[in-house]
Order: sequence, then structure tokens, then C-alpha cells
Amino acid sequence: MMMSSARIVATALLCRRAARNVSLGAGALYRLLVLVALWAGSQSAIAQVFDMRPGVTEMSQRIQQLHHWILWICVIVGLIVFGVMFYSIIAHRRSRNPEPANFHHSTLVEIIWTLIPTVILIGIAVPATRTLLDIEDNSDSDLTVLITASQWKWHYQYVEAGIGYYSNLATPLDQINNIAPKGENYLLEVDNPLVLPTNLKVRFLMTSDDVIHSWWVPDFAVKQDALPGLINEAWTRVDVPGVYRGQCTELCGMNHAFMPIVVEVRPEEEFLSWIEDQRLANDLAGEAAVAARSRDWTMEELMPMGEAVFITHCATCHQPDGTGQGIKYPSLAGGVIPTGPVEAHLDRVMNGLAETEMQAWAPQLSDLDLAAVITYERNAWGNDTGDVVQPLTVFSAR
Amino acid sequence: MIAHAEDLPRSRHPLIRFILRWVLTTNHKEIGTLYLCLSFTLFLIAGAMAMIFRLELAQPGMQFVTADFYNQLITVHGLVMVFGAVMPAFVGLANWMIPLMIGAPDMALPRLNNFSFWILPFAFFMLLSSLFMEGGAPNFGWTLYAPLSTTYGPPSTDFLIFGIHLMGISSVLGAINIIVTIFNLRAPGMTLMKMPLFVWTWLITAFLLIMVMPVLAGAVTMMLTDRHFGTSFFEASGGGDPLLFQHVFWFFGHPEVYIMILPGFGIASQIIPTFARKKLFGYDSMVYATVSIAVLSFIVWGHHMFATGMPVEVELFFMYATMLIAVPTGVKVFNWVATMWRGSMTFETPMLFALGFVVMFTIGGLSGLMLAIVPADFQYHDTFFVVAHLHYVLYPGAIFATMGAVYYWLPKWTGNMYSERLGRIHFWTAVLGLNVTFFPMHFVGLAGMPRRVVDYSLPFSDLNLVSSIGAGILGLTQILFLYIVVKTVRGGEKATDQVWESAEGLEWTVPSPAPHHTFETPPHVE
Repeated sequence: MMMSSARIVATALLCRRAARNVSLGAGALYRLLVLVALWAGSQSAIAQVFDMRPGVTEMSQRIQQLHHWILWICVIVGLIVFGVMFYSIIAHRRSRNPEPANFHHSTLVEIIWTLIPTVILIGIAVPATRTLLDIEDNSDSDLTVLITASQWKWHYQYVEAGIGYYSNLATPLDQINNIAPKGENYLLEVDNPLVLPTNLKVRFLMTSDDVIHSWWVPDFAVKQDALPGLINEAWTRVDVPGVYRGQCTELCGMNHAFMPIVVEVRPEEEFLSWIEDQRLANDLAGEAAVAARSRDWTMEELMPMGEAVFITHCATCHQPDGTGQGIKYPSLAGGVIPTGPVEAHLDRVMNGLAETEMQAWAPQLSDLDLAAVITYERNAWGNDTGDVVQPLTVFSAR
Repeated sequence: MIAHAEDLPRSRHPLIRFILRWVLTTNHKEIGTLYLCLSFTLFLIAGAMAMIFRLELAQPGMQFVTADFYNQLITVHGLVMVFGAVMPAFVGLANWMIPLMIGAPDMALPRLNNFSFWILPFAFFMLLSSLFMEGGAPNFGWTLYAPLSTTYGPPSTDFLIFGIHLMGISSVLGAINIIVTIFNLRAPGMTLMKMPLFVWTWLITAFLLIMVMPVLAGAVTMMLTDRHFGTSFFEASGGGDPLLFQHVFWFFGHPEVYIMILPGFGIASQIIPTFARKKLFGYDSMVYATVSIAVLSFIVWGHHMFATGMPVEVELFFMYATMLIAVPTGVKVFNWVATMWRGSMTFETPMLFALGFVVMFTIGGLSGLMLAIVPADFQYHDTFFVVAHLHYVLYPGAIFATMGAVYYWLPKWTGNMYSERLGRIHFWTAVLGLNVTFFPMHFVGLAGMPRRVVDYSLPFSDLNLVSSIGAGILGLTQILFLYIVVKTVRGGEKATDQVWESAEGLEWTVPSPAPHHTFETPPHVE
């Protein structure tokens, strides 16, 4: 940030030197430039948002260099063309040049200005082709992560280690609805980030459960569509540990803007011990599930848990007060399903509704969470059915 | 069918006579006017939608619209701008000007002409009515990607599909009419290589329309059968492929981009020589460049799909083919500059719009070249950089060109001169609004803001606010334009037949305003 402010001020200083030599009008322009530069330098947010990020992988840095190469070619071409054009606008206006020339054809000139762009294009195509061939080399990976997108979350599975989990937006609804102040990583924070090791070539396999999504982390320069029924490949190798953020970049329905990606890159040993922890946690979760269905839970226990699950997973569509949004996201307050038979309610929540955005929650949530959220939906917002759904009931419905 | 108002039975009420006159007209000038009025109305409607979503995007957080309604707005904005604002505007100009420019008495197929216009209001009524339907309007982007538009699309999607079928029929009929007119009704002596460039570019555009509108019709028909008749064209679980939709759509979509730009090239090639007082430089190469662009447009569609996981060989092919388009496009820009070179220029409003078109379209063309480069496109794709690029191409290319054309030919149409002072104010505020709106989008896109999002993270706040302010300015300029045009229609300083001192072409040989019937006896072109 400091660097870039310094650069902006330096540019302004250069402008000053030039301005002194030109005219008073340019002096005013210079003062404006300095003002803009100082203002931009003081706005940390703005200083970061003028250029493509270099990122933290070899590929992202090569892509940024390629981007700068093409950008400067375009800027120079633009300056030449506009320079000639504006010179003509000034010098060949009627007040200066009352008698127009008469030429309207020149084969030589036309051949030259067909050939020069062709040469420039070759100068762009060669490095672009080289970079592309390296990017598309998916061979010899050390680790494979299967990324399955669905509306509106990411499911990460470590193929070799056999573990996996879902990653959801963690920004509270109150921040989105302007009730609470927005945090530093507003809309770019998740509950369970993807964890990757440094220095290893990680291969991503991407697919989708419903519509097309696209997994993009700008710092890795990895952007790959996740298509339902097809599997795409991409890879990265990150050298610098850190937290990197990205977003879904293919319009995927209502909550497209609320489907961030967070990747935590850790040193290799830390990564391995994290994998072990995950395995252990999986075992513990299995034991906890057995324990959960071995006893009866009271409504007082289930309701607060159910509310928490509802807010995380259900409230973006059905709204925190359960009133829904039109016919696509029906109201649950007094709704047919939450006040009808328990079996139908279990089926809808666990298996979803085909061809709608209501997904199957059985693979994503534990028996206890499902029991809690169904109990919550049956008793909140004046539904008051008095039904308490037990984890064992959920388990036997699986 | 009654062709003239004066033939209508006198006994009818004047209002009925007025309505029947416009509904039944087969006169190319009246149909041209209808097209232009419809186009501008739809332009204002789609623009109003942009005002709403720019308002929402002015600040992070959710303020004015729901996420779902936002998606409906961006979808309908795109569809109405492309099919309702830009294409009918060019057809309207073609209707008015092609017969006048080639010395024809009317379009070759006047009744078809009437039919192809009157389909459109119904098509757009259907599309816009979906906003008021239960479940809302289509909400999957103007690109209609399956399966979001098929399995997950709202019920109103079927209205959109039928609307697109109607627009397609209208466009194909209009294109047939233009081709037949140009091939058969040129005045004696007007060989193809003597035609004004506006006529040339429209001839090529008409061929593009005939080739790709049926492809779009096929794509949306497959959507329809996937939605209701159990087919699985785009459904992998049934043996189909969601990427098939994108291939078919963009096989239509890329030539469509040139449908929306080639007539603009033609307009600039009419206006610049007039105000440079010098013949167009490189007429032949202008024609050949237009043909090359049209041909290339059929083999570059894959550049919209670099992130879909295409094989590297295919990516390379589409990258090289796309880069090639820069050559003929460059030739056109160089020719315009060479036309200006050592001319004797004045800068009336049409010239300002033509020059604004050349400068800003070139910026859009250069960012297009950047987007063609696959590795860089992995970072640009589906971000606001693309939004900036496409608006830099389309706003100057289609809207500036159309407005320049309106200022250029309005005195011929109405017999009155517009207010030069207001015209200049309109131009400069539009340039300001356009750049303030769309230039910052390059930056937020590069910095990582995806497109089609209703909300965004904090670093993008300031530049989005700038864009929204620009959009407000741009919105206001449309009202100014409407005022200028209405004022000119109602009266003003009388225009001469020639209008512009060094304008060349048959349209300037008829009186201003152009009478109901012109060139009933064909002129002879030397």
C-alpha cells in the first residue's frame, strides 16, 4: 500500500515537471492530478483495486506479467492511434486547413497497417501459448481435492485421505442487511476453509450437483467452471503460507454473490497433522452420533440448536423469520410441510425437492442437526405442533 | 392492406384513422420511425433497470432489491438492450435510409416489413410482462445458461422462449427484406462497389442475422423441450451436456455481437467523410474488412468459454482466431483516421458522436484483444472487466452510432435542424457519463470482483460508487436526447435539401423533410 501511494505521488511529481513547461491550463490539470493521487493514496481500499494481483503461485505471477505485456501493448497502440487522430482533429480542422486534401487510397499504406498489427499479434501469441501450455499441464500432482459445488456452498473432498466437508459463507446476515457493521472480510469468509499444503502440486477436480458454478481464487489464477455431470481439472502449487480468498464466478442463482472460497495454505507438516486431526474428528463425530441417538432429547435442548442450524443453512432462502420469498422459497411459518406429517417433513429436508433449489440435507448434516432443525421448524413462528423429532428417527429415515 | 393514410375511409374517427395509419402502414419511412420509437422506448425501460441495479451496487450490503430480483433485472436488461434497443434501432435506420441511399422507391417487401415490425411490440410485451408474474422474470442472465435456465428456471422462462422466437422471426424477415431490397432495387448505375458503406455493412449484417437467429431459435427450443417434454439436451444425467447449450448459444452469440456493431461501422463511415470534407479512405478495404470480420465471427465463439474446461488445442485455436479479428478491425480504425487526415473538419454533433464512437470503440476493441489471451482470460473471465469491455464496445458501437445517425439524418427526416448547442451538451455529458460508469469497472474486475453479483466485498466500494454516479449521469442524458429530438420534430430552423455542405449520396438529393414517396422514378448514378 505504501509503495503504491509513493508511486502515485511520484507520477504526480513527474507530471508537475512536465506541466511547468506547458501552460497554465496544464498547471491546473497537474493540481487536479495531485489531489486525485493524494486522495487515492490515502484510501487503502482504492489503492488495492487498480490492477490484477500478482498472486502467490508461479502461474499467477506469469499471468500477471503476460497481462502487463498485453496491457502496455494496448496502451501504446491506443496512444499512437489516438495521438494521430487528435493531432488531425487539431491540425486539420477547417479553421486551420480550409482546403481538404484529395487522396482516398494507398495500397502501400494499407499493406503496412495490415502487417504491423499481425506482427504485434505474434508478439502476444508466443508468450501466451507458452504460458497456456504450462497451465494446462495437469500431470504429476501430489494431492487431489475433489470440489463439488452446489447452491450455494462448496464441498471439498481430499481423495487420498478420504475426508471431506462443506464450506459455507460465514458472514452474518445482519452485516449483509446493514444492521451490523461490516467486517474486514465481508462476504469473503467461510466456516470451513479449504486447507492446502505449501510446495506440493495440488490437483483440483471440479464438478457440480446442480447448476454451473465456477471456482476462482485470484491469487492462484485458478478459475475453472464446475459443471453438473462433468469433471474439470485444474492445479496449483502455492509456496507462501497464508489465507487466500475468492468467489464463485458463474451466475448460479439467487445467492451467487454469497458463495465465497477461502483457502488456508499451511506448511507441509502442519497440513499433514491437520489431516490427522480431521480423521480423528470424523471418528469422534461418528461416536457422538451414536451417543446422540442413544437417548431422547427435549424440546428445550433442540430448539436453540435448531435455530442455529436454520440460520446457517436455511435462512438465506426461507428468511430468518421463516416467511420465505414468494413461490420459489415458500413460507415455513404455518407452511404445509412444517405443520403436516413428520414423515413428509423429514423426507423434504433430508432428500430435498428435485429440480428446485431445495437440496438434500441428509449428506450434509448430522442426525442431531437434522433432528434439531426439523423440531425448530415445527415449533417456531407459531407453528407450535409440539412435535419433538429425535436423532434416532432421523437415523432410521436415512 | 392500406398503404396510405389518405386512402382510409373518411367516416372513421380521427383517432382510429391515426391508429390504423400506423398499424397498417407499408411505407418504409413510417415503419422506420416505428422501429426507432419502439427501440428508444425499450432503451429507456432497460436503462431504468440499469439505474435500479446501479443504485443497489452503489454501496456494499443489500439495500433496495432482493438478490433474486437483481438477477431478474440484469437478465431482462441484457435481453431488452440487445434485442429491443440495439437491433430494432439499426433496423429502423435501415428502413429509413437504405431505400433513400440506393435510390429505391421503398423496401422490396413492404407488407413483410409491416409484419416484421408489428411482431416486436408483442414479443417485448411478453418478455416484460414476466416481471410481474408469480415467480418473477427470467433470472439466469441474458446468456440463458442451462441448467439454471431449464431445470431451475422460473415458470416465466417459457414466455421468454416464445418472445425470443418472435424476435427471431422478426429479425429474419427484416433481414430477408433488406437483402432483397439491396440486390434488386438499386438505382441504375449503382453497382455493389458504389453502394454507401452503411448499405454494405447492413447487407453483411442481414446475412449474419439469417445465419444465426435460427441457431438461437434452436437453442431456446431445446430449452423448451428440456423443460417440458422430457428431453435431456443439456442434462448430463439424461445423456446430454450442459456445455452443448453454451456452444450453440455462442455460435449465435458471437456473430450477434457483430450484428450489433457492423451497422455502426457503416454509420461512422458515412458521417466522418461528410464532416472531414474528404472521401472515405480505402472504400474497398472497408468492404473487405467488414466481410472478413463477419466470416471470422463464426469461428471464434469458444473465446466465451475458456473457463469451461476445453482441451488446450481448442483453446489455442479460438485464441488465435479471435486475435485475427484485430487485423480487419484495425484496418477500419486506421481508415477512419486516414479519412480525417488532412481533411477540413468541423465538429457538428453527428461528427462528435462518430469520433466518440471511434475512440471508445477502440478502447473496447483493445480490451477485447486482452480477453482473447487464454491465460489472462482465466483472470478476466466473468469479472467486471468483461462488463467494462462489452459496454465499451456496445455503448459507443451501437448507441453512439445510432444517436450520431439520428443527428445526421434527423434534418432529412423532419425538415428541421436540431439545436446544435443542446446536441453538443448531450454529446459531452454522454461521454462523461459513459466513461465514469464503465472505466472503473476495468479496475474492479482486474482486482477480482465477479460480474452478476448483487453484493460485493469492501475494497470495491469506492469504485462502484463512482460507476453508479456515472450511470446516473448517463441516464439523465437520455432524457436530454429525447427532448432534443421531440423539439426538432416539432419545429426549428428549416433544413436545406443538402443539409450538410459536403454530404454525398442520393439521400441528400430528395427534399427535406423527405416526402412520403421518394424515387418513384429511379435516379441514375454515374
